[in-house]
Amino acid sequence: MANKDDKTQNQKSKLTRRDALKGLATVPALGAFGYGIYKKWNAERLKKSSITRELGLDFDEEKVPETSGNGKTLRLGIIGYGIRGEQLMRAAGFAKPGLIDDWKTSALKNPGDNRYADYLEQEDLNITINGVCDLFDKRAREALSAAANINRKGTGEKMVQTAKRYKRYTELLAAPDIDAVIIAAPDHWHSRMAIDAAKAGKHVYVEKGMTRTVEEAFQLRKAIKETGVVFQLGHQGRQTASHNKAKEIIKKDILGKITLIEVCTNRNDPNGAWVYDIDPEGSPKTIDWAQFIEPTRPHTFSLERFFRWRCWWDYGTGLSGDLLTHEYDAINQVMRLGIPHSAVASGGVYFYKDGRTVPDVFQAVYEYPDRDLTFMYSASLASGRYRGKVLMGHDANMELESALTVYPERNSTRYKKQIESGLLSPDKPLLTYIPGREQVDAVTSATEQYFASRGLLYTYIQGKRVDTTHLHIKEWLNCIRTGKQPSCNIDEGFDEAITAHMATIAYRENRKVYWDADNEKIV
Amino acid sequence: MMINEKKYSEIQLSVLVVSRILIGWYCLYEGVVKLMNPNWTSYAYLSDSKGLFAPLFKGIAANPTLLQVVDFLNVWGLVAIGLGLILGLFTHVAAIAGIALLGLYCLSHPALIDANYLMQSGDNTLWIDKNLIFIFLLLILVVFPTGRIIGIDRLIFKKRKSDGK
Repeated sequence: MANKDDKTQNQKSKLTRRDALKGLATVPALGAFGYGIYKKWNAERLKKSSITRELGLDFDEEKVPETSGNGKTLRLGIIGYGIRGEQLMRAAGFAKPGLIDDWKTSALKNPGDNRYADYLEQEDLNITINGVCDLFDKRAREALSAAANINRKGTGEKMVQTAKRYKRYTELLAAPDIDAVIIAAPDHWHSRMAIDAAKAGKHVYVEKGMTRTVEEAFQLRKAIKETGVVFQLGHQGRQTASHNKAKEIIKKDILGKITLIEVCTNRNDPNGAWVYDIDPEGSPKTIDWAQFIEPTRPHTFSLERFFRWRCWWDYGTGLSGDLLTHEYDAINQVMRLGIPHSAVASGGVYFYKDGRTVPDVFQAVYEYPDRDLTFMYSASLASGRYRGKVLMGHDANMELESALTVYPERNSTRYKKQIESGLLSPDKPLLTYIPGREQVDAVTSATEQYFASRGLLYTYIQGKRVDTTHLHIKEWLNCIRTGKQPSCNIDEGFDEAITAHMATIAYRENRKVYWDADNEKIV
Repeated sequence: MMINEKKYSEIQLSVLVVSRILIGWYCLYEGVVKLMNPNWTSYAYLSDSKGLFAPLFKGIAANPTLLQVVDFLNVWGLVAIGLGLILGLFTHVAAIAGIALLGLYCLSHPALIDANYLMQSGDNTLWIDKNLIFIFLLLILVVFPTGRIIGIDRLIFKKRKSDGK
């Protein structure tokens, strides 16, 4: 009886053919899956490789800018510690202790806030700040506290003061312990300070717009060329990785003949429209107004004019010098456009009727007959509608942001066959470049692009936010150490200044202006 | 748990097993696609989290080490769940793990009335979304198990049972 039971049990637990069949019945599904994957990938790979092959895309890998081997500490002075001066000093490695406090507090509240951690990781540029100059006492004090913050610490922590405050920039330029200066004073001071710095043998980093007037652009170029100091204009967009990729793509003629370029500025808040806060400490006692108006038309003391100088032609360069220049310089970097043949411009003070003289809505159209193309800029300080930078070619068009996307043209001559065969489609990108990636992908998913265009991928892939201003200053310092020319040198700066001035003149004089390239004159 | 083959009619068994394979297929492909894309990361998805648990998921996104772990678990989790369901291999565990994973998706991207996600799914949802339906499909597989009837579990558990004896 027991034997019989065991036997039945054995039969029950022994794996039968039936068990094997039922146990493995679903395995073929996996086979089908594998086959499907294989087919799909093959199709995608084929598509990718044929696009890449047919377009001759073989991009150089992204180069990480290197720090110069020369270990010499450079001694810097900063002239002008307003909003931009503060950003520049921070990018150079010297942040206000108060700002560090804010970052730390914020990081404690919000674990996603990496600003402080990222800032600590920002490369040490091996510089000291030996001189600061600002006409407003409070800002000069703040500049001193930032200069002393060599360890990137918060309030109350160990500081090492290396800087001296100078009340006049000329005194700072005369100081023997300063090798180079960053100039972030208002536009009406740019050329004078930069020329004096060059003459004093100091290397110059100056903010855009390079000069307030046409004459100043010529004078500054002359001074820089004669003295041979290393000059960098503050268009940090030069360091944007996608701009360099765009340059390669255009060099390879992926877009075909480019006939129209559209760029824009879109802002819609008082700060973006230069209505900055007026510091309650500001008064004739704390601000050296006489010095402020020295290189321009005299005016009685005005807090508005001191703190919101960009709103007046007396001190600023309006939308053309202030923001068109960034867009123009990006395209000049990509396409080497140079100074245009002609310019027309229009606009007006349509929203911020606060007494400003510079327009808050501004358009400029430049012609480049030698290149068969038009360059258009449009700007409103009262609408955030974004139009991007778009380069329009016969075979493809390119959207150029921190990410870069190229779409083929439906009626392209070059891609006719590929479009007919379905390999390319006008609504699918031909190329996508996402910063941080080594390769330009021929096919990237729509989602990835979507995120990239909003900076989400960018932040992660880099591991941290990369400050282009930091890279731009670093490039300038490297050039000082090695004697090379920075990417936005005086020649590029001259193009920028003249191009901006042409639009300004066209707007202010309400006429079409031309560039006489042979005689180097605006007519 | 002893599963009696007689418990289901033939048609019931067929529908359950096919459902299991289809769900497994879906998970497996989601995993494999991510696996084969060297640039894939859950960063964007997590950063786009909304609702009550958003700070938690955003916190994961902000921490590179943690993010790597989550990416790894997500990709290999999907692959393992997919294989498990298709093959009927540790089917019960695979289904439960699938429910847990999908539960996390639901918590990070709840189909709230006012939630507006960067990544549009193309679906129109009100509180109930695909993930939630998937959870319940998996629950059906949990309460009507088939792995030990059609699946490798049949071989494993039968053998183990006899070994145990």
